[in-house]
Amino acid sequence: MLEIKNLHVSVGDKEILKGLTLSIKAGEVHAIMGPNGSGKSTLSYVLAGRAGYDITEGSITYNGEDLVALAPEVRAAKGVFLAMQYPVEIPGVTTMMFLKTALNSQRRARGESDLDAVAVLKLVRAKAKTLNVSEEMLKRALNVGFSGGEKKRLEILQMALFEPKLAVLDETDSGLDIDALKLVAEGVNALRDPSRAMLVITHYQRLLDYIVPDRIHVLARGRIVAEGGKELALELEAKGYEHILKEPA
Amino acid sequence: MSIAAETKTQVAEIGDKYKYGFVTDIEMEMAPKGLSEDTVRYISAKKGEPEWMLEWRLAAFKRWGAMKEPNWARVHYPRIDYQNSYYYAAPKNTPLKQSLDEVDPKLLETYKKLGIPLQEQMALAGVAVDAVFDSVSVATTFKDKLNEAGVIFCPISEAIRDYPDLVKKYLGTVVPVTDNFFATLNSAVFSDGTFVYVPKGVRCPMELSTYFRINASETGQFERTLIVADEGSYVSYLEGCTAPKRDENQLHAAVVELVALDNAEIKYSTVQNWYPGDENGLGGIFNFVTKRGDCRGKKSKISWTQVETGSAITWKYPSCILRGDESVGEFYSIAIANNYQQADTGTKMIHLGANTRSRIISKGISAGKAQNTYRGLVSIYGKAKNARNYTQCDSLLIGGDCGAHTVPYIESRNPTARIEHEATTSKIAEDQLFYCLARGIPQDEAVSLIVNGFCKEVLQQLPMEFAVEAQKLVGISLEGSVG
Ligand SMILES: Nc1ncnc2c1ncn2[C@@H]1O[C@H](COP(=O)(O)OP(=O)(O)O)[C@@H](O)[C@H]1O
Ligand SMILES: [Mg+2]
Repeated sequence: MLEIKNLHVSVGDKEILKGLTLSIKAGEVHAIMGPNGSGKSTLSYVLAGRAGYDITEGSITYNGEDLVALAPEVRAAKGVFLAMQYPVEIPGVTTMMFLKTALNSQRRARGESDLDAVAVLKLVRAKAKTLNVSEEMLKRALNVGFSGGEKKRLEILQMALFEPKLAVLDETDSGLDIDALKLVAEGVNALRDPSRAMLVITHYQRLLDYIVPDRIHVLARGRIVAEGGKELALELEAKGYEHILKEPA
Repeated sequence: MSIAAETKTQVAEIGDKYKYGFVTDIEMEMAPKGLSEDTVRYISAKKGEPEWMLEWRLAAFKRWGAMKEPNWARVHYPRIDYQNSYYYAAPKNTPLKQSLDEVDPKLLETYKKLGIPLQEQMALAGVAVDAVFDSVSVATTFKDKLNEAGVIFCPISEAIRDYPDLVKKYLGTVVPVTDNFFATLNSAVFSDGTFVYVPKGVRCPMELSTYFRINASETGQFERTLIVADEGSYVSYLEGCTAPKRDENQLHAAVVELVALDNAEIKYSTVQNWYPGDENGLGGIFNFVTKRGDCRGKKSKISWTQVETGSAITWKYPSCILRGDESVGEFYSIAIANNYQQADTGTKMIHLGANTRSRIISKGISAGKAQNTYRGLVSIYGKAKNARNYTQCDSLLIGGDCGAHTVPYIESRNPTARIEHEATTSKIAEDQLFYCLARGIPQDEAVSLIVNGFCKEVLQQLPMEFAVEAQKLVGISLEGSVG
């Protein structure tokens, strides 16, 4: 589903990703681990299409299509979703209004008809319940004054609502207590599906106790420096990143 | 369909941002070009006015001749040649009709295209409309129903003939003939506008609105509105404005006077969408307007809400004179300036009475190469003990070539006054836009969504029937502002 080949990405004149190669098949869940500053968020932004990240070399194909050529909103409509490390506040726009606008924008881009307010509300409520997102939160301005946990739960709620084909979760676990972490992991696991690929970015091994990945990639200095099955996470936990970074990639 | 989406479709269908730019081809009757005592007499005669009104106009005209155009606002424009304009233009053969069936179908069609179907929709929404086309009122709806409640809602030209005592009692008492250059000019040549009188204790049974349309070229529009809310009454009034696209600048110099007696309340809302000029700054309306409300009675309240998206230049300061003890003045404003538009707008809250309160919420949005200024005065007089004011001015910048300026003046001559002022300036953040895009919301819709959020406190003040329209307008005005 996703094929990243020799990806080089610069911000300004600073090269951040330096030849990253990675591929994920439908139905798989992959994890990317790596120390702070290794380029994990950069990779997530490039997949979502954020401006200012220049691809100087390499390619990304998504379901056989050149992903790089697509505008971010087109990617979203085609099923690419990014749960962001730092969800953004939009004052004055209620969460419900935002969800409705986003959902209908995606539907419209796919040539589907708009859902009316009542239909959207029904859909959102159903998903909100399992993620412990309150009715009151939906009425508040998007992410404004939300706690870290609330913000992350709302990201997962959006994932559940949009039903993406490729979901990238950037440090969705950071700043969560163990109960919130479990809730988020359940939300993610519920969406595991043979037609869906997921890329879970995390700094800690902890999340991977709850979301068990098919494969783990270690990102350091802009490249994948190690790969393995789920046991790699435990090794990293025990020996630390330093150990792996010393070995030749 | 979401509001933003609807906006997009509309814009796409029209292929242009300003969808009100068409011209109605209709035979017009015009005053000779230029401005002289004869022009004033011509207008007065056309209106069949009584002698006292003509005298009033002539006195104003004389006064105007000795006045100078003000230049303190942060707006720049070429000198206006007051002789190179028409001061009266009316569709031929259109004395005010008693029934909509008699109105020229071309005019009805015009208002329909503007989204103001005089017949059906407004009737359904239960909103009474006075439609002013260039210099004359062409239709007023729901008169009978309002008459039953004792509410007078009619073109001011009609009020001058039919209710001379009321008009004489109040006209020019809030904005004196000598007030300022543009108000004095208006006093001399005003052609039509709306008159509202709500009698004692009456709550006006429906929203009242006037729809102003400039159609003729090289013509100024000088309307005059007078609203009087007698003791214990309430009225909510809304005005909307549009004009065709033209390369020339056209002058709009209106005067609005509001009078609220004891315990009366007036809510006055404006959705101003005059043609703003093209993206290079060519053409557009010069909107030089004097609006003032007098809270004459105790515990009276006047609330101004304005959504200013159009005009090449906006020069406008809807104000409240808080004369009655415990009276309340409010000003809620959204001013959007895009491309080469210049807006200099704000309010004056003049606290004369004891325990008077005022509240100012201003949201300025600048994009393109536009300049947007909030200019406000809060003045507490010696007798206004325990007066209170709260002012909040927020500016939002889109792109790096525009400007936002806040010029708040505060004068206090009473030590018991409490005045609070807050001001913020922010930019539409790249991360906000990216967040929207990544969730599938296209750029223009994202801008519209974010800006509507920024303006929410003000949009909430609009009567429901118009809030949706205003939200759309906010989106359309900023189409393409993020490159
Ligand atoms: N917009 C940016 N401008 C300049 N440097 C950036 C920008 N974004 C990220 N970086 C740098 O790129 C490197 C990788 O950052 P990031 O992708 O956020 O890492 P991670 O998510 O793995 O912590 C860091 O050194 C960071 O400082
Ligand atoms: Mg990161």
